[in-house]
Amino acid sequence: MDAITDNLSLFAGGYRTSLLIALLGLVGSLLVGTAVTALRVSPLAPLRAAGAGWVHLLRNCPLTVVLFFMAFGLPEIGVNGSYYVFGVSALVVYTSAFVCEALRSGINAVPQGQAEAARALGLSFTQTLGTVILPQAFRTSIPPLGSVLIAMFKNSAIIGAFGVSGDLFDVGEALTSARGYAVLPVLTGVAVGYLGITVPVAAIMAALERKVAIYR
Amino acid sequence: MNGPEQGVLHDRPGPKARRRALVGSLIAAVALLGAGGIVVRRLADAGQFSSRRWAPLVDPSAPEFAQVWALLGTGLRQTLIAAALAITASMIVGTLLGVARMMLGRWGRVPLIGVMELLRGLPVVITIFFAYRVLPTLGVDVSFLPGEDGLWYLLVGLTVYNSVVIAEILRAGVRSLPGGQREAALTIGLTSGQTMRMVLLPQAFRVMLPSLISQLVVILKDTSLGGMLGLYTETLRQANRISQLLGNPLQLYLVVGVLFILINGSLSFLAQRLEQGLARGRRVPLAEKPVGPADPAGPVGPADPPLDLRTADRAV
Repeated sequence: MDAITDNLSLFAGGYRTSLLIALLGLVGSLLVGTAVTALRVSPLAPLRAAGAGWVHLLRNCPLTVVLFFMAFGLPEIGVNGSYYVFGVSALVVYTSAFVCEALRSGINAVPQGQAEAARALGLSFTQTLGTVILPQAFRTSIPPLGSVLIAMFKNSAIIGAFGVSGDLFDVGEALTSARGYAVLPVLTGVAVGYLGITVPVAAIMAALERKVAIYR
Repeated sequence: MNGPEQGVLHDRPGPKARRRALVGSLIAAVALLGAGGIVVRRLADAGQFSSRRWAPLVDPSAPEFAQVWALLGTGLRQTLIAAALAITASMIVGTLLGVARMMLGRWGRVPLIGVMELLRGLPVVITIFFAYRVLPTLGVDVSFLPGEDGLWYLLVGLTVYNSVVIAEILRAGVRSLPGGQREAALTIGLTSGQTMRMVLLPQAFRVMLPSLISQLVVILKDTSLGGMLGLYTETLRQANRISQLLGNPLQLYLVVGVLFILINGSLSFLAQRLEQGLARGRRVPLAEKPVGPADPAGPVGPADPPLDLRTADRAV
């Protein structure tokens, strides 16, 4: 237990860094994912194709490969940054494909009659989408979106393991390798730290589902 | 797939709208190509298209070609071995866990659910790292097993996480069966164990097949964590090593990405086809379909939500 109690502040710092990575991933992937969804339902074919390509490529590629690709590729096109920046961008890019699929499935699940009724009332494309389809689609897609986001919070640990300094994974690595603490208690502390992120997130998602989700 | 995405959102375009769509499409295409062009120009300026970087991968006459592909081939084989072992082990452990969770009395079930929920909340990279670092200190010796030591740690880490997921998929599968199946089996005198083994599980596995394939995609992707953590020489790690000698990481990661996309893409396609086949072959008439809230925990709920909604959160 000493390994944890002695280094409580290190663990707390690691928890903060890991949580921050995950929260940046959350905001970023929701924004990019929504943008990709907009591309995929757009009336313009090239945009639809671009959105579909984005989703199919990223869904089938491991996050680690995306991560390495960005870390080595972005500097080549003149974008420089730290592992932190590359890691978070890879997480955002990767998760956005799944967010897009969750949102799109929500749009698909809205009964066609809703769109027809909106059209019959004379609403335009933007009005139909903005006031009739998307509000329902968002609520419908909350269950799949919830699982995607929970998975994203777990995937954010990979960013830490990739070499971001000061996160929970790095703390565990440093304490066991460099400082020679016993492995089991330290890694248990790391695991508890991650549970401290994923368990509340799962609880929040479940509460959100109960409150606003529509099941179809 | 008859949601509003296709068609009804827009008016049937008249000549003016078609012209506008054409112009818009052209502008969008030009913008996308332009953005792509800038990236390509920058990459070219950085020498990323030089033959020095590409020849070992694409030119059979290059001296390194045969060796590079042989190494990548070994890596791919290792990836497939790890994934095959992990899905098998996860299926076995997952089935045991799922059945235990459904059949145990309250005193056994409550702690089991607690443990399963905790394991489900852990990132898989942590379970793998945990297995890799903690098992040796607990005196678990894997050196007598064939293959790299890392393979077995990776296997444990992947199995711990995925068996819990598979147990949940199984439970959702059993719950999606009509209640009459169980009642009929018990009525003809089968014990609850026989009912589970002979009536419920076989049907549940059939319903679960697409989800299981999606889980295989997840496992395939997650084997690369073994490479990233440096404990197993699978495709990604093999590419890392080659790129350190040849100095062409970007090209190698591109190849690795393409390999993964080809394999996982075909598996996802297979899962989709199976799902469509299952949906068609379902014998419950439409009017008798159980109506009620879908199970948010599992991809196969009792209600019959549209295809996409069930599969959208797979393979993250």
